[in-house]
Amino acid sequence: MTRLAIPKTYKLFIGGKFPRSESGRVFEIRSSTGEFLANAAKASRKDARDAVVAARSAVSGWSGATGYNRGQVLYRVAEVLEGRRDQFIAEIVSIEGVTAAAAAKQVDAAVDRWVWYAGWADKYVQVAGNANAVSGPYFNISVPEPTGVVAIVAPQDSSLLGITSAIAPALVSGNAVIVIASERFPLSAISLAEVLATSDLPGGVVNILTGSPAEITPWLASHADVNALDLIGAADLDWIDLEIAAAETLQRVMRPEQGADAASPSLSRITQFTETKTVWHTKSLI
Amino acid sequence: MTSTNGTTSNTPPAGQKSSFLDYAPAPESTAILNLKSEYGLFINGEFVDGHGTSFTTISPSTEKTIATISAADASDVDAAVKAARRAFDRSWSTISGRERGKYLFRIARLLQERAREFAVAESLDNGKPIKESRDVDVPLAAAWFFYYAGWADKLDHAGLGANPRALGVAGQVIPWNFPLLMLAWKIAPALAAGNTVVLKPAETTPLTALLFAEVVQQAGLPAGVVNILTGAGATGQALVTHPDVNKVAFTGSTAVGRLIARQIAGTDKRVTLELGGKAANIVFDDAPMDEAIEGIVNGIFFNQGHVCCAGSRLLVQENIHDEVVDRLKARLTTLRIGDPLDKNTDIGAINSAAQLERIRALSKVGEDEGAVRWSAPCDLPEKGFWFAPTIFTNVSTSHRIAREEVFGPVLSVLSFRTPEEAIAKANNTPYGLSAGIWSDKGSRVLAVADKLRAGVIWANTFNKFDPASPFGGFKESGYGREGGRHGLAAYLAPAESRPYAAPAIQAAAVEPVAIETPVADADPQTPTKFVRRKGANK
Repeated sequence: MTRLAIPKTYKLFIGGKFPRSESGRVFEIRSSTGEFLANAAKASRKDARDAVVAARSAVSGWSGATGYNRGQVLYRVAEVLEGRRDQFIAEIVSIEGVTAAAAAKQVDAAVDRWVWYAGWADKYVQVAGNANAVSGPYFNISVPEPTGVVAIVAPQDSSLLGITSAIAPALVSGNAVIVIASERFPLSAISLAEVLATSDLPGGVVNILTGSPAEITPWLASHADVNALDLIGAADLDWIDLEIAAAETLQRVMRPEQGADAASPSLSRITQFTETKTVWHTKSLI
Repeated sequence: MTSTNGTTSNTPPAGQKSSFLDYAPAPESTAILNLKSEYGLFINGEFVDGHGTSFTTISPSTEKTIATISAADASDVDAAVKAARRAFDRSWSTISGRERGKYLFRIARLLQERAREFAVAESLDNGKPIKESRDVDVPLAAAWFFYYAGWADKLDHAGLGANPRALGVAGQVIPWNFPLLMLAWKIAPALAAGNTVVLKPAETTPLTALLFAEVVQQAGLPAGVVNILTGAGATGQALVTHPDVNKVAFTGSTAVGRLIARQIAGTDKRVTLELGGKAANIVFDDAPMDEAIEGIVNGIFFNQGHVCCAGSRLLVQENIHDEVVDRLKARLTTLRIGDPLDKNTDIGAINSAAQLERIRALSKVGEDEGAVRWSAPCDLPEKGFWFAPTIFTNVSTSHRIAREEVFGPVLSVLSFRTPEEAIAKANNTPYGLSAGIWSDKGSRVLAVADKLRAGVIWANTFNKFDPASPFGGFKESGYGREGGRHGLAAYLAPAESRPYAAPAIQAAAVEPVAIETPVADADPQTPTKFVRRKGANK
């Protein structure tokens, strides 16, 4: 007698918890061969707003942690992800319809990307900041600080590597993130949430919404408590409208990227969600 | 402007005939100026007539006309952008960084040589005291060019990797509060990075930008590298929306900044926005009091308070509130208001009738909402635009004078008990440009500085500027930095990035709304017209 498998209920990830959409809506996810895989939660405007509240409340703790601490947490994500490598490979194979080798390559790349960004957490300040030689008796230093709450439309053509590449750099400096997962491939994003939830990442630092980016993103773009909007995966949306909406509160906007190297790892992906703070302090004349 | 007309001395307290505070007038001579009665647009290295309706620029301290100024219409903007594009393609992007740097060094030296003339012109046109234009605006403008001149052949160290490339044509729109200095902030890094520029000075203060065009000629810059277009909001709008402009740099109100952010949506244009502010100036009870009083005064009354980073919200620890307010009033009573060209003048004229009206209106709101108003006792000249230094006490965080940028010599005083409360109040604003901290305890200064959401923080000083020091805001004070290495990077792209050729995507179809002359964001609460297109926010 064969054992009946226990399928997973895929829900949202908000404030460190896994709620269903308050709207009660789901959308059906099928494998590349057409088999039913799951009913993913279809996030609503209210879910997006809840995610912003969760993210805002997480900013001060996460940005206030030391770079060393943030680096260790991000490295921990890589550790836990590595431990669930087979699960992610199987999930990617079934939903994307790629070979196991291709799926493994994606998972390994994602793990390595977490490691790469983890290492930046206590270094990017040295590279992006500097002392300034001003003409007067002043100590003057410029340092990058996190922008705050960042809303991201994840790359749409990838289950795990895309969302990893989009959220990891924003986390390095201490931002809190709301990310809308790939509409076609949302399952690995929620499995990633299980990794994040068990990696000492404080609740609310990453919030993951599944559903329709076209429906959810406008609410985030026009939300006054969102500081930055990464449209990296929004090429197929009316993203100009989103940029116009974001102008209302002067959100920092990153425009869509497409192609194989979209969201490729770089220091600028970290610094684009930082604000340079310059502090002057008088030196006494002795 | 050479006599004592319009000059006021401070009114001595009743019963007192005179004091050491009474100075004889010491006006700077305007003889050094060699102004033309009419100025054209500066396009492709030459002054040409504009096709818009000419306007006059007046001295805000006397309301006398200084000169007639051409206005650029859309065809003039197009001609200037074309000239800048040609100059970028044919000369400026082909010469070495070292040679570009030499041109900038020349400009710095020419500004130093003509410093007196520029200072007089600036005070005449803007209304700011000559001691500020002479000691701050003009020397800093020269320093800005000298600083960025040295960067021109060192771009590999700008933080974008080897061989970063210029963006192309920069369209720059600047405000009236520091006309020449803002020009320098915009043009110096743009040219050092290898861009060419089209710059529009503010409608009320075009004079020093036009004198700067003469400096450009004297420096022998290739034609079209620097173009100066005068005009009002429509000129600025035509410039920032021109499809062949690759980079937009704007300093002015948050309302106009929002508009620009909407207008460039969907284009390949890069943008930096330097917008409004409502800076908190936090005074702890252990502050060095003499320095703090001077710093508070400098923070809000420097340049008549026409400063985006002005310390307009004074947060005083409760136990020293009364002492600080009393000392401020005593100090303000000694400030001399009047003829901007008088070397003794501390406070000059408000830049325009429109700005004066905004300041008066918001001050009226302050009184209506229950704050207590005190204005320094002083005679104000009859002609011109004047506003006495004013302090509001009994201000609460919800008052409009505590939330909105007045952009004038008006200080709102609030109090706090604990550092946590000071931080919370300081950050309780959509703006995030600057802040001040006064305390003798270094560890507290650094801890508070960490928690303030502002781009520039002055500890035991205020309103200090330097070309080596990045300047710019968090939140709705805009994005991007000017000054330092960060300011240079704002005009560069990494070598491997896509060149900014002709925009691939049509600019967003936003209804045309005239960009007003950059002014203080007098009422950021007023909803600006927001055009939603299909598909947005269903």
